[in-house]
Amino acid sequence: MGEAIVITSGKGGVGKTTTTANLGAGLAQAGERVALIDADIGLRNLDVVMGLENRIVYDLVDVVEGFAKLKHALIKDKRFENLYLLPAAQTRDKTAVSPEQMRELVSQMKEDFDYVLIDSPAGIEQGFKNAVAGADKALVVATPEVASVRDADRIIGLLEAQEKHKPSLIINRIRASMVKKGDMMDIDDMIEILAIELLGVVPDDESIVVSTNRGEPAVLNLQSKAGEAYRNITRRLRGENVPIMKLDDGAGLFSKLRKIMGFKV
Amino acid sequence: MFDLIARVFGREDASKDVAKERLRLVLVHDRASLSPQALENLKNDLLKVISEYMDIDDQGFRVDFSRHDDAMALVANIPIRKVKNHSL
Repeated sequence: MGEAIVITSGKGGVGKTTTTANLGAGLAQAGERVALIDADIGLRNLDVVMGLENRIVYDLVDVVEGFAKLKHALIKDKRFENLYLLPAAQTRDKTAVSPEQMRELVSQMKEDFDYVLIDSPAGIEQGFKNAVAGADKALVVATPEVASVRDADRIIGLLEAQEKHKPSLIINRIRASMVKKGDMMDIDDMIEILAIELLGVVPDDESIVVSTNRGEPAVLNLQSKAGEAYRNITRRLRGENVPIMKLDDGAGLFSKLRKIMGFKV
Repeated sequence: MFDLIARVFGREDASKDVAKERLRLVLVHDRASLSPQALENLKNDLLKVISEYMDIDDQGFRVDFSRHDDAMALVANIPIRKVKNHSL
C-alpha cells in the first residue's frame, strides 16, 4: 500500500508542477514505483514538463467517467519503467471530477504504486479540493515573496482544518545573493512565519528553465543545483536524514556568521 | 556592498524585514478570517454588554487583532467615562 502526496501552494507559478515532476523522477530513480497525477483539469502541464505530451491517449476524466481503464490511461515515462503519469483532461474543467471520485481513484492507485504524487492546481476552490481529497500528506511549495507566503499560509490553514497529516514546506527559488543583502526572506524567516516543518529548499536556478524546455526533470542532471536540492528532498521523503543544502553564494562568511549568532541551519 | 553598509549603519531597513512585518500583520487578519463586518458586529455587541456596567466613550472604543509571538490576541481599548453603581 503506497502513500499519496499532494503538491500544492495556493498561488500559481511558484513551482508545483516542476516540483511534482522532479520528485517523481527522483523517487523513480531510487527504484520506487511512482505515479504522477495531474489534477489541474483544463490547464494540464505536467505532461509537457515530463516530456510526455505526445503520448497522451486517455486522461483522468476518461478514467473517472469510465470511458477508459486506469491502466490504459497511465503513460509510461521515457526514462523509467517504474514511473507513470495520469494526465489531466485539457478540454474539461474542475467540475468534471468530484472529491469522492478522486479519493477512490487515488486509493486504487495506491495499491499498485509506492508513491502517488498529485499536482494540485492553484487556488482554493474545487480543483484544490479534488487534489487534496485522496492525499495522505501535503507538500506546500512557496517562494520567498509576500504573495506566495500569504497564500501558503492560507493553504496550510485549510489543510490543517481538514486534519490531513501536518503539511511540510518546500521553499523554492531562493536566491543566496539577495538573502545575503537582506533583500529576500531566508529559510528561518519563512519557517518562523508559516510555522510548519521544512522539507527542503530549492535554489533559483536557470537549469530548471533549460530542463523544462527539454522535458527532462532537473533532478536527473548531476550538474544542476536545483536538481541536487530535489535529490535531497527525494531522500528525505524516503526517510533519510539529509541536511539542508547550504546556499551557494557567499556561503562561507554567511554560514559562519549564522553559526556565531547561534542560528540553526 | 554599499547597500549593506548603509543598512548596517541603520540608514535603511532591509527589504526582507519590511516584507516580514507586512506579512505578520496581514496574516493576523487572514488567520482570524473575520470580515470587517463581523468585527463591527462584535464591537457593537461588546459595547452593548459593557455599557450595562459602565459608561463608555464609544468614540474612543477600538477592537483589533494583534499578535504576540505565536499567539493571536483580540485587543479592545475601551475608555470608561464612569462606572455605574449596580449595588443600588
